[in-house]
Amino acid sequence: MADSPEFDKTSRYTEGRGIAGAYEGETVTRRRFMEGGAQLAGGVAVAAIALPALGFALGPIFEKTNPTRWQDVGTEDDFNDETYVPKVINITPQIGESGKTTIYVRKSNAKRDKKVEGEDPLPYVAISTRCAHLGCPVRYIRASQKFVCPCHGGVYGFEGQVEGGPPVRPLDRFYTRVRAGRIEVGNRFSLNSELHRFPHPRDPSNHIDGLWQYLYPGRPTTS
Amino acid sequence: MKLPSPPLPKALRRSPPRPGRDRNGANGKDTGPATKPTPKEQAVEGAASAIGWLDERTGATPFLRGFLYRKVPKGTNWFYTLGSATMFAFLSQAITGVFLAMYYEPDATRAYESASRISNEVFLGEFVRGMHKWGSSVMIILIFVHMGRTFFFGAYKYPRELNWIIGVVLLVLTLAMGLTGYLLPFDQRSFWATVVAVNINASGPIVGPYLADFLRAGAEFGPTTISRFYALHMLLIPLLIAALIGAHLYLVAKLGTTAPPWLKAEKKDLLTEEI
Repeated sequence: MADSPEFDKTSRYTEGRGIAGAYEGETVTRRRFMEGGAQLAGGVAVAAIALPALGFALGPIFEKTNPTRWQDVGTEDDFNDETYVPKVINITPQIGESGKTTIYVRKSNAKRDKKVEGEDPLPYVAISTRCAHLGCPVRYIRASQKFVCPCHGGVYGFEGQVEGGPPVRPLDRFYTRVRAGRIEVGNRFSLNSELHRFPHPRDPSNHIDGLWQYLYPGRPTTS
Repeated sequence: MKLPSPPLPKALRRSPPRPGRDRNGANGKDTGPATKPTPKEQAVEGAASAIGWLDERTGATPFLRGFLYRKVPKGTNWFYTLGSATMFAFLSQAITGVFLAMYYEPDATRAYESASRISNEVFLGEFVRGMHKWGSSVMIILIFVHMGRTFFFGAYKYPRELNWIIGVVLLVLTLAMGLTGYLLPFDQRSFWATVVAVNINASGPIVGPYLADFLRAGAEFGPTTISRFYALHMLLIPLLIAALIGAHLYLVAKLGTTAPPWLKAEKKDLLTEEI
């Protein structure tokens, strides 16, 4: 039928194409319409299950998981400005020992510490032991006044600046404050090689000098 | 007038005489009185009819005959068993993994205790955990040797490129199994290895930090990190591996295996002799 010369196969209208039972002005066959409708309904049903599941799995990327907590690490008498004192703080509650981490704390040393323009120095320096290479725990060697990482040989100086090995930036620090004679430690922050503060801490292995800071952006989880 | 027979269940009805057993057989020969089948004959008959019942309803026999008794080229040798060996290593991992999951607790405060309880207290626990632990290395070694076999025999070439691609995805998934499973004993080594592995993921520009957040479920190793690794390790990745093994095997059966490369030279010699 469709091949007979009175029908135009390229016609916009089903009637013109000679399709049996076509309505006047109809451009899409009912079969095709039903096909499309079934595909659409199936797609909506799959999306209704898949999208919430995906959002559920990806949710933690978009929310701050560790709220700010100020933790007491000792009195002013416990620290001096010449050497570091190791203290254990709780980074993540609820997971026992694995949520704890060691930090090194000392008093700020106005003579020795590098001054950064436009930033008020914190009263105390609290250095994270998370190596800026791949996150192994560094240790402070008192005799050489250096932080050394056991995994791949990263070496950091007295202020946590890189002195050798693979690390890409200085050791992270924590905000500090003094409340009624007690030293309190707050959020983590990262520093670039000029010891300029980045309040959105980056993961180990992320460069943050110059343009690198845009290739390794601060994320919602660390805001 | 003949009444219809009562609707007896099939088991109680008299079965019609089998051909050949009929006293008045097709060729009119008397084959003697029908003997009662021995118990062994009955058992064989029962099994055969059960298989027949399944076969009639699934068409399994023609499928299995095509799948298991397909023709293989001359020169097929032990190297061709590496793929099956990898699959059986995966099955062994799947079975031991299911049983380990009966005792393992994916919680940061209890994972280590439950894992050491499997090793020290559960009956045969050390054996099952050892199977799973060493089996993981066996599977990774086998999958690499299988890939080497495919490469050196040129078995990745047309028309088998898609099977090579599926194989590479299976390799990556197997390594992902290794990564996610490594955390689960939750001792010092697995914890720090995971910290380092996640930070290696974080080193990729732009997507890296988000990928690390996804793996940890947050900016730090947190309370749901281990359950996330556990869900990936025992549900998501094994499911993907099983599905892709199915596709891999389908293509192997459909396309057939290749002859080892050294057989071609032989054939060429033969041709030159004929000329």
